Amino acid sequence: MPLENVTVTRYNEIQEVIRSSSRLAPRGAGSKTALQTTLSSVTTLNVSDLRGVLAYQPQEFTFTALAGTPLAEIERLLAENGQYLPFDPPLVGRGATLGGTVAAGLSGPGRYRYGGIRDFILGLRFIDGHGKVVRAGGKVVKNAAGFDLPKLMVGSLGRLGVMLELTFKVFPLPPSYGTLRSEFQALSAALDAMLHLGRLPLDIAALELIPHANGAALYIRLAGDQQILPSRLNRLRAILGLKDDEILAGQTEHDFWQEQKEFTWIEAAHTLVKVPVTPRRVVALDKQLAAHGAARRYSAGANLAWVAWPGDSSTLDHMLEEQGLSALAVLGANGQVRLGRQVGAAFEARVKQALDPAGKWLAL
Amino acid sequence: MDNSSLHTALSRIYPPDRLLTNPAQLTPYESDALTSFRARPKAVVIATSQSEVIQTVRLCHQLGVPFVARGSGTSLSGGSLPCADGLVIALNRLNRIIRLDPHERLAVVEPGVVNLEVSRAAAPFGLYFAPDPSSQPVCTIGGNLAFNSGGAHCLKYGMTSNHVLALKVVLPDGEVIELGSESLESTGPDLVGLFVGSEGLFGIALEVTLRLIPKPEAYKTVLAAYRSLGKAGDTVAQIVACGLLPGAIEIMDNLAIQAAEAAVQAGYPLDAQGLLVVELDGETRIVEAEFEQLMEVIHASGAYAVHVARDEADRQRIWKGRKSAFSAVGRLSPDYIVQDGVVPRSRLGEALVEIQRLSAAYDLRVANVFHAGDGNLHPLILFDGRQSGALERAEQLAGEILHLCVRFGGSITGEHGIGMEKRNFLPVMFSEADLQVMQALHRAIDPDQIANRGKMFPA
Ligand SMILES: Cc1cc2nc3c(=O)[nH]c(=O)nc-3n(C[C@H](O)[C@H](O)[C@H](O)COP(=O)(O)OP(=O)(O)OC[C@H]3O[C@@H](n4cnc5c(N)ncnc54)[C@H](O)[C@@H]3O)c2cc1C
Repeated sequence: MPLENVTVTRYNEIQEVIRSSSRLAPRGAGSKTALQTTLSSVTTLNVSDLRGVLAYQPQEFTFTALAGTPLAEIERLLAENGQYLPFDPPLVGRGATLGGTVAAGLSGPGRYRYGGIRDFILGLRFIDGHGKVVRAGGKVVKNAAGFDLPKLMVGSLGRLGVMLELTFKVFPLPPSYGTLRSEFQALSAALDAMLHLGRLPLDIAALELIPHANGAALYIRLAGDQQILPSRLNRLRAILGLKDDEILAGQTEHDFWQEQKEFTWIEAAHTLVKVPVTPRRVVALDKQLAAHGAARRYSAGANLAWVAWPGDSSTLDHMLEEQGLSALAVLGANGQVRLGRQVGAAFEARVKQALDPAGKWLAL
Repeated sequence: MDNSSLHTALSRIYPPDRLLTNPAQLTPYESDALTSFRARPKAVVIATSQSEVIQTVRLCHQLGVPFVARGSGTSLSGGSLPCADGLVIALNRLNRIIRLDPHERLAVVEPGVVNLEVSRAAAPFGLYFAPDPSSQPVCTIGGNLAFNSGGAHCLKYGMTSNHVLALKVVLPDGEVIELGSESLESTGPDLVGLFVGSEGLFGIALEVTLRLIPKPEAYKTVLAAYRSLGKAGDTVAQIVACGLLPGAIEIMDNLAIQAAEAAVQAGYPLDAQGLLVVELDGETRIVEAEFEQLMEVIHASGAYAVHVARDEADRQRIWKGRKSAFSAVGRLSPDYIVQDGVVPRSRLGEALVEIQRLSAAYDLRVANVFHAGDGNLHPLILFDGRQSGALERAEQLAGEILHLCVRFGGSITGEHGIGMEKRNFLPVMFSEADLQVMQALHRAIDPDQIANRGKMFPA
């Protein structure tokens, strides 16, 4: 157990804790269980009390909120105003906070269409390793002044500082959705169909693959005006020459994507691991994952594998290292957090040195 | 460091025709598109391979000679201005498209590849590179990357940064590193995101992996003319309020319209005080449905003339007018400054009134062209450099506009970067603590400050 658990609401209190501690790890709602630390020498800085939307003007397409604000609260507010976060932040149902999602660098199925969390973050306020409150980026949808620290914080896992406030860009919420599900006898055939679709001038909201014992299912999500959805879905069918397919609509459709975002398909004892991939590498990776009995789903047009790893993560670590892939453990028991090959580690070390020379923020 | 030993060392890397040292050869490199700043470098080297760039950076590091990477030199903020005691590394001939993969929708390019060339190479596969700065027929991917350049279609598609997947970089101390991967997703801090927009201060990008996207199936491009600039601005708010996400929303004022018409005959109504260009793009069925919605708004908006692009040629003509606006203003005035600032979209109207007031107070004409969807203003300040003090007054006016942007909660640059021009304005937007963190990062990556020395941070 951590030595000391501090729940702080004011910036100066946080600064005080930072100054007086030698090892720190920020914590939001704790929804990403694999990213918690159990080291007793580390002070957990609980910022889940830093919650609330500070500024939101729908016509600006931006909002600023405290880092500990639950995404559920933000999504509700945005939806009331006909807007949303197009990258579909995951684990919202488990209490994910805005800051925690940035730190973990997680995006859901919607990242296929308009980009991931990195593409929607605009600015932030954070406290660095010196205990200084720092602002970076801007509060408007476009800004090129200074280094892009907001993007740097995406995926930083709390090791570069603790985030206090974040500004995001939002988009108009699509009025309705429809999904086409199609079965393929082999994963490679489903991938080919997916790649073909990806090159066509179609507005596809999400594109996901679920392999199973007899092949794979491809899920194609469309968003937009309810009236034209049926004709757009039919067009997809015609393009793919589909026979064995099914259209998901209404609650069923919603529930499917909800399951994708919440990872309800994962067994509690398994570790959920995020593995960035490219479509071309999926078949080889999938074979290995299947051999280890890991459930897996491919997201964002097969740019991301979500893996439910059953065993010891060191086996997965070696396997990914060999394939030149990197990964992040998200849910499950605390073990190794970053797996596989780390690209740019030397550059990252320089960045860490600059922002946290004393190494106060725990490196996960 | 004496000139002759630098020269000797460089001549081991470059043949004489790619190592420029005499004044006549150096003159074209003395400034970028912000011509009021000039400096003569010691030498210019024209690299044609990555290895030459790496060797040159290592040499500079060893000898403590500052260097400036240069693409096409179209920076509007003095970003590619040489250091007087340094070297310019010209990259426009390091311009191979190394690989274009239509299946995975990416292109691996060298930094000297011209922006539009990427889309041209991708076109046979129905793909394109989305960032579209008006300078895209000439500016390079390296320059786009350094400034996180934008264009007319940023609101929907984002800036350069949103389209860069991976990088190979030579750091200022000569270390060669890779950042990112071919995947859209990554783990660990977004280092690619940090490098993009670092204005050449973190070293030189040698290879860039770009994301390509399918070219939209259909476009609808609408021109709407207004008797007041404010009305055009109000219409933007209405379009956004009805839930549309157009590919581009641009506005030009009368002076900009006059200039563009004189230059390229885009068919703009010369008497309009405000001209709105709205473009919808996407799947045909969607664009058709959105077009109806858009036209309802436009027809209720008080536009006195509305024109919808008839075909692709007409659409291109409309865009040509808008994209040539900067250079076209040269027809109205011997000299001008292109300013770049951002205000919250809902305060565009107020900002324009304020700019008009400043224009009158300084007795300098200001033409306005802007990415209205992003609140990104481009006031063009017209002056005659032959009149004594005119440049200083124009610069002062430009500075007041930047203060206004910050006061309104916006930014001192939306896409042209800080460079040399705005380095003293960075503290207007950021506190001492904010700057200290950026400078600490800078020092960690370039302790000797040899890469693009003197840029971005206050003198
Ligand atoms: C008429 C006109 C219209 C314009 N319109 C737009 C517009 O719509 N949107 C917009 O954003 N900008 C616009 N610009 C500005 C300019 O074109 C962009 O900033 C462009 O990206 C610069 O590209 P370049 O190749 O000319 O770069 P340069 O001017 O040569 O260099 C720009 C900066 O990039 C650095 N650099 C170059 N290559 C590398 C590399 N390989 N690695 C690291 N650093 C490097 C340089 O050191 C310098 O700091 C316009 C400019 C003009 C003249």
